[in-house]
Order: sequence, then C-alpha cells, then structure tokens
Amino acid sequence: MSKPKFAMYWASACGGCEIAVLNIDEKILDLDANFEVAFWPAAMDVKYKEVEAMDDESILVTLFNGSIRTDENEHMAHLLRRKSKLLVAFGSCANEGCIPGLANLSPREGIFECAYTSPSTENPDHLRPRSAWQAPEGTLTLTPLQSVVRTLDQVVEVDYHVPGCPPESHQIAAVLDVLIAVVKGEAELPPKGAVLGAGDSTVCDECTRKRDIKRISKLSRIQELPMLNTEDCLLEQGLMCSGPATRSGCNSRCPNVGAPCIGCYGAAPGVLDQGARLMTAIASVVDEKEPAAIDKVLDGLPDPAGTFYRFSLAHSLLRANRAALAEKP
Amino acid sequence: MSDRFEPVIIGFTCNWCSYRAADLAGTSRIKYPPNVRLIRLMCTGRLDPTFVLKAFSEGADGVLIAGCHPGECHYLEQNYKALRRYQLMTRTLAQFGIVPERLRLTWASAAEGARFAEEIATMVEEVRQVGPLNWPTRPVPRVEQASGGAA
Ligand code: SF4
Ligand code: SF4
Ligand code: FES
Repeated sequence: MSKPKFAMYWASACGGCEIAVLNIDEKILDLDANFEVAFWPAAMDVKYKEVEAMDDESILVTLFNGSIRTDENEHMAHLLRRKSKLLVAFGSCANEGCIPGLANLSPREGIFECAYTSPSTENPDHLRPRSAWQAPEGTLTLTPLQSVVRTLDQVVEVDYHVPGCPPESHQIAAVLDVLIAVVKGEAELPPKGAVLGAGDSTVCDECTRKRDIKRISKLSRIQELPMLNTEDCLLEQGLMCSGPATRSGCNSRCPNVGAPCIGCYGAAPGVLDQGARLMTAIASVVDEKEPAAIDKVLDGLPDPAGTFYRFSLAHSLLRANRAALAEKP
Repeated sequence: MSDRFEPVIIGFTCNWCSYRAADLAGTSRIKYPPNVRLIRLMCTGRLDPTFVLKAFSEGADGVLIAGCHPGECHYLEQNYKALRRYQLMTRTLAQFGIVPERLRLTWASAAEGARFAEEIATMVEEVRQVGPLNWPTRPVPRVEQASGGAA
C-alpha cells in the first residue's frame, strides 16, 4: 500500500519553522517511514506545476508556514488548500502574522521607503522592485506585495493550528506522533480547528518565577537592568513580559533563562486580542495615579503596538494601521 | 434631513456615577446628542481594552469611557487602573492611525447630569470633525483560485 502524502510549504516566513522540523532529530525518520514527502521546497525540488497536476485532496497533510504577504503566497495557499485533506497553519506567521505582520503598521509606501531609501541603504538610483521588467531575453516577473499581511485562516479554511515562533521541537514531535497514530488507525483525528502542540493556559502559569503583586514605577529595557534577579517575576522587576497573555506550551523557555516572554505562542486560550490583554496587564502593575506620572512610566515602552502585538498583529482585532488597510489590496 | 455626519459613539459608563449622571440628564430633560450608545459596567475597572478595540473594529467612530471621580471609585482604586489603560490605549491606537479624539475618558458623579451631557456633546463634535472611521470589516482576498503566482 502506498504511503499517505505529506507536504510542507513556506510563504512569507524566515525559514525557522523548517529548521524546527529538522530539529526533531531521529523523529524525522518516523515521518519518512510513515509518509511520502510530496512537496517540501526547503528539502526537495518539486515544481509548482507538479503540485498543480496532483489530484485534489491527494496530500493527506500540509504544514503551511509563513504569512500571506504576496500574490504568490496567496496563490499557494489556495493551491495547497485544494490539494490537501488537512491544512495545518504551522508556526506564528501562518497563525497570527508574526514578525512579517508588524509591517501592517505602515502602508506599503512606508515599507518601500524604509527598505530602499532609508539612510542605511545604498541605492543612489532610487531603485524600487517592480512586478514586471522587460529584459532583452524576455519579461521577468516578481510577485507583487499586497497591502497588508494576512494570516492563513484569513485566506483559506484551516484545519489545525500549531503555534510558536518557531514551534518547539518536542511539540512538533508530539504533533507528528498524533498524525502517525491516525495514519495507523490507532487514533482519531482531533476536532477540526484544534490548536495542536501547545498548552491551554498562559506562559505565566508555567513560569516558576515568584509573583507578588508588586507594583512598578519604571519600565526598563533588559540592557538597562544589570541587576536582574533570578527568582522574581520579570514584569515585577520592571521588564515588559508578555507571559500573562501568551499561550503556554514552551515550558516558559524565555523567562526561565532571564529573558522576558515576547509572546511567540500567540494569544492564550480565551484571549481574543493578545495586545489588549497585555495593555490590561501593564496598566495593572504601574504604580502611579497622576496622568503625567503615568505617562512618564509609559515612556519606557517606546513602541507599544509593536511590543504588545509583536507576533499577533495581523490576527488582532484591528489587524493593521488604518492607512495600510485603506490601500488597494 | 441634513446629511451631516452623525458619528456612532460607544460609551462605557460606571454603574455608580456616570450611568446615573446620564440617567439624571435624561430625567432632568437635559438635551444631549443621541449619538452615544451607553453600555453600563459595574466600574471602569471592568473596562477591558478588548471592548474598545472591538467597538472600533465593528463600526464605532468613537469610544467614551466614563467613571467616578478620582478617589471616589466604589471599588477603591479601579478608576486609576482605567486611567492607565486609557493612556496606554491612546498611545497604542495612534500607531494604528486612530487619533486621540476618538477615545475619551471623563469622570462624572451621579449629580453631574448637565456636565455629562456637555461632555457628550463636545465629544460628538470632535469626532464629527475627524470624520467617520469606517474600519474595514475583513481583509479582502485579491487572487482567486486559478490565477497569480510566479512559479
Ligand atoms: S510575567 Fe513573565 S516573568 Fe512574570 S510570571 Fe509571567 S512569564 Fe514569568
Ligand atoms: S517564553 Fe514566550 S517568547 Fe519565549 S518561547 Fe515561550 S511563548 Fe515564545
Ligand atoms: S465604581 Fe465608578 S469607576 Fe469604579
């Protein structure tokens, strides 16, 4: 009997999700033993045309990482949706937009300006990317940038979600185990829409640092606090920590080693908007009552939207800056 | 009928003061513009920023938060928490292109019906000046099934 087909694809992403999958060590052999890899650009050379020629739903499962930033990303999302029985939004970009989604705070022109004209860029001819270029040999094309970054489930129907930037290797291994058990007939598929490979509480719940309703009168950046102690909650030591609003699943990896959680597992269960929950958390710990004094503390947080929504901007209630949303797609 | 822009404003009021102030304005027949839809909370401390974002993303042009005067919150210091949330929201919303006129915080005791009505009238006028917000309801897909994509 032929093995069920597996695919993995990257849209607008950094490649970290692919590395995370390769990081599962010998577990990767289980993947190979139980699936035929039909398409995986990071690992093997299969052309888009060959995917187009496959029967619809002939791929059992596709792990789709990356956000939808370009026409090509969107085309691949539709194509892989059609060819796959199960489409998994894999990693923070596909689920919530992640770091690429932060570009939603600027309209497209602002992004081009920053990338091609800023003082750190050597570009005397003011070149800008174009979607078509007439070369002597023929027309060269480049997929156009869309006005805003979208998440996979804002474009096509998604069966499962695996959060994380990137998902932790032990969680990926656990997800593969479930899939393999399903293939072998030993387990049922999880309910559609389920979040796999993550916990169901917050990073704070897993974090072992002591919390003590302490109030803070200053928000600092980590390099400004040489005397961080190893026991107390980082937020209570004056560092912005996203643990209160972030889904568990990583065993509170960052606070364990003295770095604040930056929110990569996305909104915790029951949290509609990760940033809104973080605004609540910060407002609760700041120990000031006068508007001017409050402002002074908040000045310690120079980029609130980028901090509160570092991973979840594209999937937040507002999703993007008004000017970016108003542009033609 | 004039075709003057009539902003939609969602007002979150505290049960103990501002909601009663609005009530008093009503029973005293003080006129204020009908643009505000009041939602009663037990206290401004219950005001989750999610409510504000949801209001803006689903059609509100402005959001008003009204609570007890500083020092008079019935749950001790919750209105200070609301003040901090408000200041933090204002900064965050600016990055989304939502101007400060659209989010207003005010204090009103149960006896301040007239002041509360005035506060509402001022806000309606300010939001009218900055115009409709019209937050797009969902991202529009551009490429359909078949086309697109460099291969
Ligand atoms: S805020 Fe951060 S450091 Fe504090 S308990 Fe939560 S995860 Fe741990
Ligand atoms: S602690 Fe936060 S940022 Fe670090 S891995 Fe966990 S969810 Fe991600
Ligand atoms: S009871 Fe009115 S603001 Fe708290």
